[in-house]
Amino acid sequence: MSELLKKEREVVLPGDKIIESMDYLPGRNCFREGESIYSKRLGIVSVRGRVISVVPLSGVYVPKPGDMVIGEVIDIQSNGWVVDINGVHEAYIPLSGVREYVDTSRTDLSKIYSIGDVIYAKISLASRNTVHLTMQDPKAKKFRGGMIMKMSSAKVPRLIGKNASMINMIKEKTGCRISVGQNGLIWVEGENVPLVKKAVEMIERESISEGLTERVSEMLDKELAGSDAGQKGKPEGGDDKNEKKG
Amino acid sequence: MLGRKASRKEEMIRMKRKDNRKPDELRPLVIKAGVIKEADGSALVSLGKTTAIAAVYGPRTTFPRFMQQSNRAIVKTYYSMVPFSTDERVRPGPSRRSQEISKVTREALEPAIFVEEFPNSSIEIYIDVIEADAGTRTAGINAASVALADAGIPMRDLVAAVAAGKIGKDFVLDLEGKEEEVTACDLPIAYMPRTKQITLLQMDGELPPKDVKKVIETAIKGCETIYEKQKEALRKRWELNHDKEE
Repeated sequence: MSELLKKEREVVLPGDKIIESMDYLPGRNCFREGESIYSKRLGIVSVRGRVISVVPLSGVYVPKPGDMVIGEVIDIQSNGWVVDINGVHEAYIPLSGVREYVDTSRTDLSKIYSIGDVIYAKISLASRNTVHLTMQDPKAKKFRGGMIMKMSSAKVPRLIGKNASMINMIKEKTGCRISVGQNGLIWVEGENVPLVKKAVEMIERESISEGLTERVSEMLDKELAGSDAGQKGKPEGGDDKNEKKG
Repeated sequence: MLGRKASRKEEMIRMKRKDNRKPDELRPLVIKAGVIKEADGSALVSLGKTTAIAAVYGPRTTFPRFMQQSNRAIVKTYYSMVPFSTDERVRPGPSRRSQEISKVTREALEPAIFVEEFPNSSIEIYIDVIEADAGTRTAGINAASVALADAGIPMRDLVAAVAAGKIGKDFVLDLEGKEEEVTACDLPIAYMPRTKQITLLQMDGELPPKDVKKVIETAIKGCETIYEKQKEALRKRWELNHDKEE
């Protein structure tokens, strides 16, 4: 009776029936109607025990507590900063979210973060209409220099790879410093920024295929060999920069 | 005598359906998802000589603020016909007609969307008709519904739409420009095939109630065909890379 109408990892569309059974529960991006569970949006079926959920393939970033995101400070208010994190709503850093001690009557908040600063922050609270960020995390920082790239937030897990294998490989090969935000923004600094861009575009394009890490690696090797022949050739350049991880 | 009359009428109908379509046959249908790169979701729908493109942005914070709804997302639709879409130039900008169609399109799509998941935000749908030969509102709804799914917006079902009418004694599906002039009525409907709910029903012309029922039935059958094509288009876009995996 309780048989999956869609296989696990199969692509489902809004309104697709996944199972007709009361033995299962609808998880993320699913809903129950009558005896059946349907998909709410375009994604891939995932079954965990008796919970059926759909992993989205597209869409705007949905903040989750604990996520590291990249954002731009767009406004300063009396008690904190407003940050654009490329999601549905703007995020907010309350004074409790910064490392410094702040006395609002004496400190100018723009001395800490001013409008236009790009930061790497952790999401401390996320409800449907408010998102709070915190800088009280070892990884949180303000970026100086570098470049920001954008990709679909649904594909960020592929850019990172299993145990960060993909991102570490790209860092190693290109010698760039990279920070990846779960919201789909990527900060890059180094000599080979165009190459990182190419890799990111390739991952976004071929996001659901197997052996992607190997293929990206091959592409990078080929490109590096090509550019080395044309230029002075310093393949191991900027390796020490990898020490600082994103 | 009677038989002769009928055959002449049939001949008339055959003349009207100059592309040799059967009464309950759609025009050649093309649906493509993901045609606009910068939009969160997009689609192109072409039915014979009618072509519509839809782009979806959001959900994003509603602006101006007073329009925000604290319990749900608002849906904004902008329908327009490009100046070169018909034989006579269409004046660009909003018109009485385009505002009305924007409104009925919104009302046709809203029941399918889980608006309560995105408070204080808005989902914007832009529909442009680039070639018009009757049935532009239904083509627009078809495109918008695919674009919404492509944008990863949670929905109960896809919405399919098509118009039907009555020429002679035949109930005809998907009227084209020339047929619209001779039909007894022009009845566009939008329909959610999974839940079997009608979200749009308009009618021009006069017809006895029992015939109206038949026209609606004809249109619903057409919607079901379109619905399958919509799903196929979305699968094609998103399964492309997925298949390589297996």
